[in-house]
Formats: sequence, C-alpha cells, structure tokens
Amino acid sequence: MPPGGGGPMKDCEYSQISTHSSSPMESPHKKKKIAARRKWEVFPGRNKFFCNGRIMMARQTGVFYLTLVLILVTSGLFFAFDCPYLAVKITPAIPVVGGILFFFVMGTLLRTSFSDPGVLPRATPDEAADLERQIDIANGTSSGGYRPPPRTKEVIINGQTVKLKYCFTCKIFRPPRASHCSLCDNCVERFDHHCPWVGNCVGKRNYRFFYMFILSLSFLTVFIFAFVITHVILRSQQAGFLNALKDSPASVLEAVVCFFSVWSIVGLSGFHTYLISSNQTTNEDIKGSWSNKRGKENYNPYSYGNIFTNCCVALCGPISPSLIDRRGYIQPDTPQPAAPSNGMATYGATQSQSDMGLHTSPWSGRHGPPSGANLSKEVFLEATQCGPSAVCRPESPTTEAMTNRLRHRYVFRKEAVTLQDLGVESMRRPGAGSQECPLPVSLGTR
Amino acid sequence: MATEVHNLQELRRSASLATKVFIQRDYSDGTICQFQTKFPPELDSRIERQLFEETVKTLNSFYAEAEKIGGSSYLEGCLACATAYFIFLCMETHYEKVLKKISRYIQEQNEKVFAPRGLLLTDPVERGMRVIEISIYEDRCSSGSSSSASLPTPPEKDPSPSNRECPSCMIKRLRLTEVK
Repeated sequence: MPPGGGGPMKDCEYSQISTHSSSPMESPHKKKKIAARRKWEVFPGRNKFFCNGRIMMARQTGVFYLTLVLILVTSGLFFAFDCPYLAVKITPAIPVVGGILFFFVMGTLLRTSFSDPGVLPRATPDEAADLERQIDIANGTSSGGYRPPPRTKEVIINGQTVKLKYCFTCKIFRPPRASHCSLCDNCVERFDHHCPWVGNCVGKRNYRFFYMFILSLSFLTVFIFAFVITHVILRSQQAGFLNALKDSPASVLEAVVCFFSVWSIVGLSGFHTYLISSNQTTNEDIKGSWSNKRGKENYNPYSYGNIFTNCCVALCGPISPSLIDRRGYIQPDTPQPAAPSNGMATYGATQSQSDMGLHTSPWSGRHGPPSGANLSKEVFLEATQCGPSAVCRPESPTTEAMTNRLRHRYVFRKEAVTLQDLGVESMRRPGAGSQECPLPVSLGTR
Repeated sequence: MATEVHNLQELRRSASLATKVFIQRDYSDGTICQFQTKFPPELDSRIERQLFEETVKTLNSFYAEAEKIGGSSYLEGCLACATAYFIFLCMETHYEKVLKKISRYIQEQNEKVFAPRGLLLTDPVERGMRVIEISIYEDRCSSGSSSSASLPTPPEKDPSPSNRECPSCMIKRLRLTEVK
C-alpha cells in the first residue's frame, strides 16, 4: 500500500484557485506594492462602473438622468401641491398609495439600471484558440487565411432549427437568444433591447425589473394624471377654472408630462405583456423569428405552451447570478480574455461623441478600410431609442453582418499575429511547428 | 490550507500544461444549462469514459436543480417582487446556493478523481457557464511511468529540478517534506 495513499492525501485539499475569492491570493513577500485590481477595472466592454464595481451601467447615461428627473419632479410636485388638497378633500389614502407606487417605480428603475443584464464574459485565449481550431477543422481550411466565411452552428431545440452565430468580438458562439449589444460591446443573454431611458441593456437578468418598472410607471402616470385632473376640477367648482389653474400651476405641468408619457408607457407595457405571455424577446419579435409568416412549421421553441406558465417563468423564475464577477480580484495566473485591439478602443471613444444612431451614411459607398473615426459612424446605424411611438429596436441583420465583417478585419489587423499573441505557446498545431499567421498585405499595418 | 493552495498554484505554474479540453454546452433542450456528455478523444488514455460521463451528468443535474421552475422558485420570485427586490440584499438566491454546492462537488472530484490522473476541472461559472475546461497536465512522474498514472506512487528519491512531475506526485512530495 503506498504510504502516501491514505492520510496525507486526505488532508491535502485541492482547493480550486477561486477567482471569486474576496481576498487577493498573492505571495506575501512580493507584490505588496502592486495593489490588487478588481475585474471591473479591466472589463473589456463599454460600460461604466460605480461604487467599486457594485453598479454597472452603459456608457451613455444622459437619458437615464432625464428619466430620473422627470419622475422625481413630477412625483415631487404631485406630493407637494396636489396631495395636501386631495388628502383633505377626498381621502388620505391617495398620498399613501401614490407613495407606495413611487417607491416601487424608483426601486425597479434603479434595479434595472444598475444590475448586470446577463453579460457573457469574453472567451479566454485558450478557449478562443480551441474554437478557432474546431472551426477550421469543420471548414476544412487552414487558419492562415483571412476573411473566413461567417461562422454559424445549427442546433435543434424542441424541433426547431436555431442558428448560433459566432461573435467576433467576444470570440464565442452565442447561446440561443443571446445577442451582441453594439452600444455596450457585450454579448448579453436573452437580449431584449438596449434601453437608453434606463441607461442599460435589458437582458435575462434584469428583464423582470424592467417590466415591473414600466408596469408600475404606467400605474403611477395614470394615477397622477387622474388625481391632478380631479384636483383641478374640484378647485374649478369652487373658484372657477382659471383661478384653479392660478392656485396650483404645478398641476398644469404634471398634467402635460403625464399626458404625453401615458401613451408611450402604457403602450410599451402592453407590448411587453404580449412578449412575456408568448415568451419572446423584442429582438425576436422585431425580426419575426417565430412568426407564422415565415412558414407554417415555424413556432417558438422556448414557449411553455400556455400564457400563465410563460408569465410565471419570466417574472418569478430563478435569477442566475452575474457571470462577470465584477468585484473579484484579478488573479495573476488566470487567463484574461483577449483584450480589445486599439481599433476597438477608438471605435468606442468616437462613439461616445456621436449622436445616438442618427448617422445613416451607407457603407457601400466607401472604398477600402475606414479610419477609426468614421468607423463608429458607419457601424452604429441604428436608432435604439424608445421613442413615444416606437419600440426600442435592436441591431438589424444587415448592420450586424457588416459589423462582424469590420470587427473581423480589425481582429486580424491587431491581434493574433502569431500563436504567441493568443497566449498558447505550449500548444502546438498538428503537423506544424509554431508558425506565424501571415498578415494580409492589402490591409496594411497600423 | 494556505500551503495547499500555494502548492496547487505552484504546480500550475511549474507542472507543464499539455493541453486543455473544452466541453461545450448542449442546447438541444433550450437555454437551460447543460453540457455535452460526448467523451472527448483527448481524454481517452487519461480517464475512464464512465467516470467522466458520471461527472458531467451529475453537474447537469445540479444545474437543472438550480434552474428548476416550480413552487419554491415562484415563491421566492413573488416574495422578492413584494419587497421590491430589496430582499436580495440580505439573502442569497436558490441558484447561488446550488452554485456553491457545484463548486464543492467539483473540488471534491478534482481531489479524488481528476488530479490523480493528471487532470484538473475548472468550474464552468469561471468561464461564463459556456464550457467545462479540463486541463491536461503532462504526465512525467519521477517514478518513470510515461503512461497515465492512475495510482499515485511515491518517488524513491528527490526528483531533479529538470524532471517534471505529475500534479499528484508533486503534492505528495511537498506533503511528505512538510511532515518530516
């Protein structure tokens, strides 16, 4: 019996070197000078983080502050000017119900805006290399070539054929229902849409908060509108209409704001109620992925069959935890995902300056590879604004294909010159020594 | 505990990593978390097929339990909604509890099954639930066996620094030196 077999092996705990550990696992003698960095500081996507990684939002948050101001000001004016009169004249339950609605609205809004929508972390270099190898084997081409055909994988889910696309930025095959948000530059699970009004993507992890937000906001808007009208009517009965308006000018402002908001918000709530009951995302609905128009055999493979189950699952189902571990410390020996190339960084910097999707210059007129500044304008062709009568629109198929082609070009320019760049020195390709991927001369160098 | 962790870190750095195998997700049942049970050919000489499949199937069952839709998950969801989701600040969700169970299971499997065979399983949650990453370490024990070392044998003398050890032998050597 091997002497080391029993006792010492039992005590020896092969504790996984956890990247979730709350304390940095560094050797005590070295590295005291280097402060341990948290993962959110090196997050490759285009997000903003606050409170040391606890809060995560999209880069553009201007419209979110507008939403906050509108809700706070309108509710504030209601509580300050209308509620005292109504509480006395009708019932004190009015400010109480209004207060509860207001807190619910604020709570769900902040939850939607600040939480991780279900971002998929980018592939580690080893994973990416493995996938590339498998794709090359499947395609039967050598990986020295540039501009390979678009990469898709087909899966059969509940009898429907679903195509999984390869994401060139994140270097993964996207799971079904996931999509890459061009504004945040992340792949998001069960991607619904990017909502500028909440300053974040809406995806698997925060869809229910988003739905609760728009539902409760509809109730709050209707509530405030109804009671402001009641207030003005009651005052007019006493003092006349014009005097009533003079006595409470805030009511006019509230009525105007509520009147214009109620159509869009109630409409949006209705639309999302339909989506939840049929278990579809905005993305799928817009593309008509599961519509009957595509064919009689086309049906939604994710639906549970009845409305009640679909609603329960969407609203009360289990919430998966965040996969990106924003507040974890970076371990020195764990593989980090392939960082975006400098081409991507300028891509992002200029995007923050461009208006949200108002540029519609066609790509087809351009010759040759674009410079970084123009690239952002060309690529972000979509308006993803939740306008009064429009629904938040995701990337259309044509721009996505374009984006992928452009991204791929950039990938081959800046990254993966040799296997060393992928950090896989120890891995050898079958039948070859370490060989360099030749850079295509026509793309030039930067 | 700290020394073992330090040892495992050391072996990761010094034991030579031959290759990594990635077990991909199985989407045939929808978006629920399941991994393919197909046996990768790289592990053919390293581990028995049945052990591997059992591990993956157990992991799949854990994930199914985490994502199970039923009375308890609805109750948790409704309670959270009623408290405007503030309850998540104090209590951890059912999913998180199951993930902790999974990481304990993976540790245990690494200790008992995989490390003696020169393999190391990485928790899928560290890879965004996309893959189960299995690291295959080069198998050159000082005892001279070049084929898969299914049973760890103690080295007869201290190995020279140029010799690469398999993970379990290195751990055992370090333990033995500590004991002495």
